[in-house]
Amino acid sequence: MKCSQFLQELTDYLDGVIDDKTRAELEDHLHWCRNCYVVVSTTKQTIEIYRDSKLYEIPDDLRSRLHSAIMSKCAAHKKNPEKKA
Amino acid sequence: MNSLNPTAMPPIQSKGTEAVTEELALVQAAKRGDISAFEQLVKRYDRNVFRIAQHITQNREDAEDVVQDAFLKAYQNLESFQEQSKFYTWLVRIAVNEALMRLRKRRTAKTVSIDEDVQTEDDAIPREIADWSPNPEQLYDQSELKDILGKTIKGLPPTFRTVFVLRDVEGLSTEETAEALDLSVPAVKSRLLRARLQLRDRLSKYFGKKSSRSNQP
Repeated sequence: MKCSQFLQELTDYLDGVIDDKTRAELEDHLHWCRNCYVVVSTTKQTIEIYRDSKLYEIPDDLRSRLHSAIMSKCAAHKKNPEKKA
Repeated sequence: MNSLNPTAMPPIQSKGTEAVTEELALVQAAKRGDISAFEQLVKRYDRNVFRIAQHITQNREDAEDVVQDAFLKAYQNLESFQEQSKFYTWLVRIAVNEALMRLRKRRTAKTVSIDEDVQTEDDAIPREIADWSPNPEQLYDQSELKDILGKTIKGLPPTFRTVFVLRDVEGLSTEETAEALDLSVPAVKSRLLRARLQLRDRLSKYFGKKSSRSNQP
């Protein structure tokens, strides 16, 4: 297997949605190809670091303000359904 | 040769059957006019919608507007929700459309911020092969790390970061992401691969073995 073929399968490999035969071929490639090994390891870390980062968490005060605004607009729509945003 | 085996990540689990049933009950109650049921849906998903909106628009004000408009549109159009898909996937679709619309509006008069780590290459060939050691968390404090992650994802094309945030941050399945974005499954997979590799490549400049705090890009 070439590195370019390996990369084509990378997403399915990382997501665990790959058949056993292809998985065995990919893992055989990883056993001797240091570059692909590093790419897999660091791509996995990339996903994990974004997933765990809480990069764009909504602050409580903003959440509360938005919540009030949304529900007030929904209540207005319930009273007057013809008028859409 | 390699002592560390980077085995496949466990697949991201979608919400359980119980949660989906509960969600459907709330949707049906909201359709019957129970506004407090819709309020429960807002509370359940406002954090997710805000994260998605902020990832796509990269602008706080726009993200706030997207959250409000997406929920209002969902409420106004609840009758048209067919209940064949999950409410959340339907809501995400509305939110993504709102976010992309706002991004397009803003970009008509856009000047590129110097803080934006712009990605110009469109290929998915890894160029930075350095391993990450020590862990990024050991190299940077939380605030520095968030700054790096924010700058880096901002540099991705909006279509790539949209797929990445839905699939990898919010945990939608590939099929749900395809449904929310009106894309085919192969198109989602292709964009996701490129997004992941481009982010990895960019982050390697900060986290790669050769880098040090005195040698940041």
